[in-house]
Amino acid sequence: MPSQIVSLVVNGEHREFIAAPGATLLACLRESLGLTAAKRGCAQGACGSCTVLVDGRPEASCLVAVETVAGGSVRTLEGVATGGDLDEVQSAFVDCFATQCGFCTSGMIMVAEALLDRNPDPSEEDVIEAISGNVCRCTGYRPIVQAVLEAAARRREEAVTR
Amino acid sequence: MTYRLAPVDTTAFAAERGGGDLTVIGSVVQRSDARGHVTGRTEFFEDVAPPRLAHLKMHRSARHHARIAAVDLGEALAVPGVLRVLTHADVPNNLYTPLKLIGVGPDDEPILAVDKVRYLGEPICAVVAETEAAALEGAARVKVTYEDLPPVFDVEEALREGAPLVNEYHGQNHFIYEGHHCRRIRFGDVEAAFARADHVLEWRYQSAPIEQAPVETTGCVVIPQADGRLRIHSDTQACFFTLDNTALILETPFNKLRIVGGTVGGGFGGKVDVVVEPIACVAAMATDRPVKFVYDRAEEMQVSSPRAAERLYIKDAVMNDGKIIGRKITLYVDAGAYARHSPYGVTKAAAHLPGPYAIPNVWADCHCVFTNRTPSSAMRGFGVTIADFALESQMDQVARTLGMDPLQLRLLNAYRDGDVKAHRKVAEGTALVEVIQKAAEMSGHELPETYRRMSSTTREGL
Ligand code: FES
Ligand code: FES
Repeated sequence: MPSQIVSLVVNGEHREFIAAPGATLLACLRESLGLTAAKRGCAQGACGSCTVLVDGRPEASCLVAVETVAGGSVRTLEGVATGGDLDEVQSAFVDCFATQCGFCTSGMIMVAEALLDRNPDPSEEDVIEAISGNVCRCTGYRPIVQAVLEAAARRREEAVTR
Repeated sequence: MTYRLAPVDTTAFAAERGGGDLTVIGSVVQRSDARGHVTGRTEFFEDVAPPRLAHLKMHRSARHHARIAAVDLGEALAVPGVLRVLTHADVPNNLYTPLKLIGVGPDDEPILAVDKVRYLGEPICAVVAETEAAALEGAARVKVTYEDLPPVFDVEEALREGAPLVNEYHGQNHFIYEGHHCRRIRFGDVEAAFARADHVLEWRYQSAPIEQAPVETTGCVVIPQADGRLRIHSDTQACFFTLDNTALILETPFNKLRIVGGTVGGGFGGKVDVVVEPIACVAAMATDRPVKFVYDRAEEMQVSSPRAAERLYIKDAVMNDGKIIGRKITLYVDAGAYARHSPYGVTKAAAHLPGPYAIPNVWADCHCVFTNRTPSSAMRGFGVTIADFALESQMDQVARTLGMDPLQLRLLNAYRDGDVKAHRKVAEGTALVEVIQKAAEMSGHELPETYRRMSSTTREGL
């Protein structure tokens, strides 16, 4: 099977690149597009560190063959902050000490973004459920759950003042 | 804010606080690396992608303990995209031990196995290829013929007469400390203490190996520079340790290597051994190309060095009032097949015994034992953590046996400033009494007045 040209909308921009057959979305993002925020922790769908949003849904990009999402829209951590500002999830992760080594952070934030997009007022259980596919070995999860709840609160406040 | 800060008591030991600008504890200080983490801009080693990057994968031992009769590289070399298959003969100085930097020997571990494998997953050949897939395919096609040897997996069995010899460089299945078969503590007379004690209480404690399981696996990218130096991007927890050991293995001056590191995607002690950089450097020199060697998840779990399995026997001489007058400890630390950092871990464990308690008679034998298991190494407080699990479990068991409150038992036996420890050091700044009192107060655990008045700086209540 020959390589093929794949086009995707990545963080709002149209991108085209050549992908070998079976190439994963993770490998294409990191190696073809230079977007290295998504990480490889396990390459087998078990850790969530490679999570990106595909058409708004969180996906383990290490398990997604890129040709299966051709033409779709992908959002990575690089597309979250605009103009150097942090969004509510990012700033809450900083303030709540929800990152230590930082390796799981990209996946955690993308899962949180997807959660808050569909549920602006999640309960603690909702947050725990949302991050249940993401492994963090450093924080013990507590600060991450608190950061996501804090981000939701900040986002609701923003919506009111806006 | 929905988050809460840790309660920090800044009033305790007021006289010892310098005052002035020592105000950080109890205040909120933002992490300097947090902004990079939440924007994805922190650069981990694997985010470095030089052009012409080659990939290294290891062919590993399929046996716990075996002689290597033959290695056939033919099929591996025939895989399209395979550039080189490296064996021990390609490594300038194939035998090392990481602690040689502080004078600990002997060298006991090959970079690539020579004539024998001593644990399941030990590296035998390194396949360097154009792509990761080709490297994996090549590694799978290396053929090794083994002559099986009996393995030993248990620390006490390994020390028995006639046990299979794991590591010939040591000559016996334990590390030798300045001519002694183990690290020892001899303080007072434990046998006399047992003879006059109201109770002699002994239990056995044991732990399994624990994998640190960082989310980022162990790895490095080595990039040859135009000036002949090698730039090593690594997630090691020990940049200088790695640089020095790698230089000794490559038989190259230290200034020929440069490490770019310090960003570690979780380590917890699992990334202090020097296991990927040396062979990746050999590969980069042999191919004159950048080389990446990174563990997959299975390798991280199987061959990256875990916390050692430990076994402890603790025997206490205890009086009816709860005073412990003697403690005898035998500790076995499973180093696995090679020493790595274990001789130091065992010394640390010995330094930690008999726990933070003023016990006038102490005897300890701490053995660093070789078995055919994955070499173990550092993990969060290694040497100390499992010893503490055992020592504090022992305290609880003793309290339960005497029908005593476990906190009172500890307060009664805790070090006070000025006590002489089993290592002949005078205890200073102990503070254990106050910590226990505070913990009791915060958890609503009632202590009698005499115990609440105790202090680490006086002998009140003893
Ligand atoms: S790298 Fe994709 S889930 Fe772990
Ligand atoms: S911060 Fe290290 S794994 Fe989550």
